[in-house]
Amino acid sequence: MLVSEFERLSGAACLTGAYDDREIACGYTCDLLSHVMGRGQADMAWITVQTHMNVIAVAALMDFACVIIPEGLPVEAAILAKAKEEGIILFSSGQTAYALSALLAQNGVLSARKG
Amino acid sequence: MEMLKESYPVAANDMTCAGDVAAKIKRRIKQLGVPAGVVRRVSVCTYEAEINLVIHSCGGRIDLEITEEHILVHVCDTGPGIRDIDKAMTEGWSTASSAVRAMGFGAGMGLPNMKRNADEFAITSEVGVGTDITMIFHI
Ligand SMILES: Nc1ncnc2c1ncn2[C@@H]1O[C@H](COP(=O)(O)OP(=O)(O)O)[C@@H](O)[C@H]1O
Ligand SMILES: [Mg+2]
Repeated sequence: MLVSEFERLSGAACLTGAYDDREIACGYTCDLLSHVMGRGQADMAWITVQTHMNVIAVAALMDFACVIIPEGLPVEAAILAKAKEEGIILFSSGQTAYALSALLAQNGVLSARKG
Repeated sequence: MEMLKESYPVAANDMTCAGDVAAKIKRRIKQLGVPAGVVRRVSVCTYEAEINLVIHSCGGRIDLEITEEHILVHVCDTGPGIRDIDKAMTEGWSTASSAVRAMGFGAGMGLPNMKRNADEFAITSEVGVGTDITMIFHI
């Protein structure tokens, strides 16, 4: 699944503007950063309710395909600026983490494995 | 390739730039053409080490040593040290504050992540003195 396909099918808003489309290799839904580091691999879609600076740091370090914030949680301007600077694609969706995970799975995106 | 040595200080308690050193190290080794899989493992380990310096230690530093055969990451700090290393190495065991946990840190998976991702991992610690971790990654 491409990031653009996820955007179209989920109706999520891309908070970081235009992006270079890329493949989503796998997905993971978790709010504990060390669990995410343990599973993290390049091209992963990460769903989390965390919206602080370290989310961007983790996503950049692990070269994630995109970060998806569920339930319409607000994201501060400073975080968006950092995401843009690091080239991180950040989505906001009104759907729950559960529904978003299901959508990824229904479109063939498998769960990230422990690295 | 000549041996390359660098050292990065990490301040205690400064959450705003936590992860910056791991990002710098990643850029550095990517630039040198280190394979992606090794870059990923070094990134996981240096990130976890850096976060531990920020949230658990009184401050310290991360030293990087690169040769053609390996990347060596050495992490040390000036305290408070770890009383029971076996417990600290147990998945899920953490003394992190509730403030830090609310941000998603303190899952008690940092040291186990480091051990799993490094080819060689050694930790020593003395209460009141500091903690010392050496990790080696074969290229
Ligand atoms: N540099 C350090 N100085 C002092 N204590 C540490 C240090 N690193 C780790 N610890 C101790 O080991 C525990 C486990 O560390 P870790 O596996 O990284 O989990 P977490 O950071 O999520 O608590 C910490 O909660 C802390 O008590
Ligand atoms: Mg830790």
